[in-house]
Amino acid sequence: MVVLWTDALIYVLIIVMLALGVYLRGKEHIQRPLQQIGRNKIGMTSLVVLLFFVLIGLLDSVHYILADDKKNEVISLLDDFATPLREHGEKTYSAPFATTLYSKEMTMLADGTLQWAYPRLAFGGRHLDHPETEKIPDILQKAAYGLAQGASLIGFIMLLMWGLLAEQHKRFMRGSTAKTVWTVVFIIVSFSYAAIHLSAYYHIFGTDKVGEDVFYQAVKSIRTGLVIGTLTTLIMLPMAIIFGILAGFFRGWVDDVIQYIYTTLNSIPSVLLIAASILMVQVYMANHEADFTSVIVRADMRLLFLCLILGVTSWTGLCRLLRAETLKLREMEYVQAAQALGVKQGVILLRHILPNVMHIVLISVVLDFSSLVLAEAVLSYINIGVDPTSYSWGNMINGARLEMAREPIVWWSLTAAFVFMFALVLAANLFADVVQNAFDPRRSGNE
Amino acid sequence: MNSPILSVKHLSVSFNHRQTVVDDISFEIHAGETFALVGESGSGKSITALSVLRLLPNNARLNADVINLQGDDLLKHSEFELCKIRGRRIGFIFQDPMSSLNPVMTIGSQVEEVVRLHFDLPREAVKQRTLQLLQQVELPEPQRRIKDYPHQLSGGQRQRVMIAIALAGKPDLLIADEPTTSLDVTIQAQILALLKNIQEQTGMALWLISHDLALVSSIADRVAVMQQGKIVETGATAEFFNQPKHPYTRKLLNALPLMQSCLTHTAEEKPPLLQVSDFYCHYPIRKGIFKRVVDVVRAVDGVSFNIQQGKTLALVGESGCGKTTLGKSLLNLIPGSGRVVINGVELNALSGEALRRQRANIQIVFQDPFSSMNPRMLVGDIIAEGIRALHPGVTPEQRKIRVRQLLQQVDLPADSARRYPHEFSGGQRQRICIARALAVDPKLIVCDEPTSALDVSVQAQIIRLLKTLQQEKNVSYLFVTHDLAVVAEIADDVAVMYRGKIIEQGSVAEVLIRPKQAYTKKLLAAVPVLNMDH
Repeated sequence: MVVLWTDALIYVLIIVMLALGVYLRGKEHIQRPLQQIGRNKIGMTSLVVLLFFVLIGLLDSVHYILADDKKNEVISLLDDFATPLREHGEKTYSAPFATTLYSKEMTMLADGTLQWAYPRLAFGGRHLDHPETEKIPDILQKAAYGLAQGASLIGFIMLLMWGLLAEQHKRFMRGSTAKTVWTVVFIIVSFSYAAIHLSAYYHIFGTDKVGEDVFYQAVKSIRTGLVIGTLTTLIMLPMAIIFGILAGFFRGWVDDVIQYIYTTLNSIPSVLLIAASILMVQVYMANHEADFTSVIVRADMRLLFLCLILGVTSWTGLCRLLRAETLKLREMEYVQAAQALGVKQGVILLRHILPNVMHIVLISVVLDFSSLVLAEAVLSYINIGVDPTSYSWGNMINGARLEMAREPIVWWSLTAAFVFMFALVLAANLFADVVQNAFDPRRSGNE
Repeated sequence: MNSPILSVKHLSVSFNHRQTVVDDISFEIHAGETFALVGESGSGKSITALSVLRLLPNNARLNADVINLQGDDLLKHSEFELCKIRGRRIGFIFQDPMSSLNPVMTIGSQVEEVVRLHFDLPREAVKQRTLQLLQQVELPEPQRRIKDYPHQLSGGQRQRVMIAIALAGKPDLLIADEPTTSLDVTIQAQILALLKNIQEQTGMALWLISHDLALVSSIADRVAVMQQGKIVETGATAEFFNQPKHPYTRKLLNALPLMQSCLTHTAEEKPPLLQVSDFYCHYPIRKGIFKRVVDVVRAVDGVSFNIQQGKTLALVGESGCGKTTLGKSLLNLIPGSGRVVINGVELNALSGEALRRQRANIQIVFQDPFSSMNPRMLVGDIIAEGIRALHPGVTPEQRKIRVRQLLQQVDLPADSARRYPHEFSGGQRQRICIARALAVDPKLIVCDEPTSALDVSVQAQIIRLLKTLQQEKNVSYLFVTHDLAVVAEIADDVAVMYRGKIIEQGSVAEVLIRPKQAYTKKLLAAVPVLNMDH
C-alpha cells in the first residue's frame, strides 16, 4: 500500500469527522438542527448524491503498487474496479457509443488495397459484427441488463434491511423523507450499474485526443475535486477562525495587525500568487528528482500545494465575517457576565465565542466547497491548476478549449466534465442551503 | 353610546394549526373612545391587532365570524382592497420608533409618501399637509426638522413622527401598540398627552395596546384584559379599577409596585461596604489617522456614593444618563477612573490576576434575560462557571451540589441544571442569572434593570426573591433602574443621576416623598399612577 500525502490528509479528515460525530452525540443544540436536516427531502437527497461522490473519491484514495507489475505503477482501488475500462485505450477521438473513430483514416485492407474510411475501434463495440444494424438493440439490451442487475441488488439489500431491522428502527425506511432517500439510492445504484455494464463494451462518454475513455477520466476527477474542496477548506479554516476571533475579541493593535494582513493579502491578485507558488513547487521537484519517482507522486505533490496556496489566499472572507460576528458577541451580556465572574479570556473565547460563531463557519465551509471545485477548473484553464497528467475536470475543460474549435466539433469531454461538476456543485449548494436554514438561529425558531 | 366603529366577534388565531394564540375573543370599539387592551407579554394582544389588519405572519391561521369596520366586513375584502384600508381608515403605531422609520429617508419624505398614497393632492398641498401633520404632533421647529433624518431625532421625536405617519390618512381608528414602552418616563407622559390631545381634536377612536395598567388607567375609557389568548374581563375604566371581578385582574393589580411602600422601610445604620469617590468614566472621541483625541463623552462625571452592608442603593435616571455605564464600570467591564473601595480592598489599584481574584466580591445581573446567557451552554454549566473560574480546587461533585443548592434558593426545579436557557421563560431566566451571580458569594450585586424586560406579576416575584436573598445572605444591591415604583419597593437609599452626575441622594422616603431637585420632581410627576377617580 502506498499512502500519498493527500491520502493521508483524507484519512485524518475522516477520523476527525468520526470523532466529531461521537463528541456531538447527545449535544441537544446540535441535534435539533441535524434532525431538521434529516427531515428535509432536498437536503437528504443532495446528501445522498454527495455521499456517492465521496464514496468514489474514497475508493480512489486507497493507493497501492500492483504486485505483478514491472512498471512500478501506483493504482487505486477505483482503478482496480475499472481495470478493463482503464486499459481500453483507442487511437484518438471517438464519439459516445461509437464503434468507429471520429475521423476518417487511410487503412490497409486484408487484400492490400488502401481505403479512406472510419476505422473500427479497438475496444468500443468490438463484439459486434455489423455495428450499423446491431448497435442500438445491443446498447438497449446491455443497459437493461445493467439496470436490472443494479435494481435487484439494491432491492435485495432493502428487503434484507427491512427484515433484519428491529421495529423501532423501521422509521429509517418508513417516513416520506426516508422513501425519497431510498428512491434516490435506488436510482443511483441502478444507473451506475447500467453505466458500469455498458462501459465494458462501449465508451459511453467517448474517448479523448489520445484515445482515453472520457467516462473514466470524469470519474477519476471526482477525487481531485473533492480533495481541493475539502483540504483547502481545512487549511483556511484554522487561519480564518483564529485570526477572525482574535481580531474581533481583543480589538486594538491585534485587530490592526490582522486587518493589515488580510487587506494586504486581498490586494494581491490571487492568480499571481498561485502561479508563483506552483512554479516554485515545480522547480523544487525538478531539483529533487530522487524523491519524486513516480508520476502520481509528483501530481499529488502539486495538488497538495495547490490546496495549500488556495487555502492561504481564501481565508480572508470568512475571517472578516467572523471578526464582525465576534465584535457583536463580545458585547453580549453573557460574555460580560463571564468577565465579571473572573473567567480567563482564553476560556471565554473557547466556551462563549467559538460555539456561537460555529454556524457561520459551517455555512461558509459548505458554500466555499463548491466555489473551490469551480476555482480548480478555472485555474487549470490557465495552466496553473493541478498537474496536467492528473485527472481533473479543469484539465478536461482546458483540453476542450481546442476541441470546441475543431470541425466537426468534439463536445463530449466538456459535456462529461460539466455534467459531473454540475451534479457535485449543485448537490453541495443545495445541501449548504438546507444546513444554513437549519443552523441559523433566527430561522430555526419559526420552523 | 354611539355605534361601534370596529366590532370583532369570535376571533381566533393559531400558529401552525396547533398553538392557539388568540382564542375566540369578541370586542367592540366605539367612535371617539379610548379602548385599552391590556395583558402580559405572550397573551396575544399584538396578534389581535395585527389580525384585524390581516398582517399576520404566514404560518398563522385566522378564524373569525365578524371583523367589521364601520359596517364594512373586512374578512370579505381582498388583500388589494385591504391595502387601501390600512393607513387610510386604520392607523397603526408600532412599539419601536428606532426601527420603524427608514434610516436613509428624511422624515419629511416619509410622511409625504403616506400622504400621497392616500390623497390625490398637488405637490404643494402634500407639502402643506405634511407640515401640518408635523405641527399636529408637536414636533419642535417642523419647517427645519422636515429635512432631518431619523437618527438626528430623539426617541420621543421619532415616535411623534410615527404618529404623524399614522395620522396622515386621517384614520377613524388609531391602533397604538405599546407606543411608549421603549421611551423614558418623562417622554412617555408627553406622548400619552399628545395622543389624548389629538384624539380630542379629531374625534377618532384610539385602540391602545399595553402591558402597563397604571398607564392605561390614566388615559383609557374602557379596558379589556387578555390572558392566554382570552379576554377575561372588560369594563369601563372606573369600575374596572375599583371593582375588578376576575381573579387574574386582581392579581395584576396587586402585583403593581406602589410608591407608598417606601414608607415602610426602616432606616438602621450599617457599616459601609462599598465606597466610591470621584468616579469618572470618559470615552475619548478620536478622529483622523493618528486617532487624536478631539473630545470626550462624559458618561459618568465625578460621582461619589456609599453602599451599606445588606442594603440597597437605587440608581435612578433616564436612559443615557450614565447609570448603566457606572454599574458596569464598577465591575471593570468598562474602564473608569476613581477610588472604588469594597470591603477595605481598593479595586482601582488592582489589575490582571489580582483583579480577577477580587471579582467574586461584585457580581452583576443584566437587564435582558435573553442575551445574558450563552444559548449553547447548559444551565448547570452557566451557574457553575464562576465557581470553576474562581475556585479551581472545587471538585465536580461539590460543584454539582452547590448548583443544586443555588437552584433551590432561586426557586427553580433541580432538573433545570440539565436544560438549555431557551427552555425557560423570561422570569425563570432572570432567576438563573441571579443564581449565577450568587454562585461566587458576592458582597454586592449590581442589578442593571433586572425587571424592566419582565411582566408586572413576574417583576413582583423577582423583587420578592431579591429581598429574601438579601435577608438570608446579607448581600447589598446597587439597583439600576428607571422605574421609580420599583425603587420604592426595594431600595433603602436612592441616588438620582442626570447627565453623568448624581444630583440628589438620600434615603428612599426622603427622595421620593420630599424631592429637593426640580429634575427629581419632574421624574416623579411623570410616573403613571393608578388613577381611581373617574
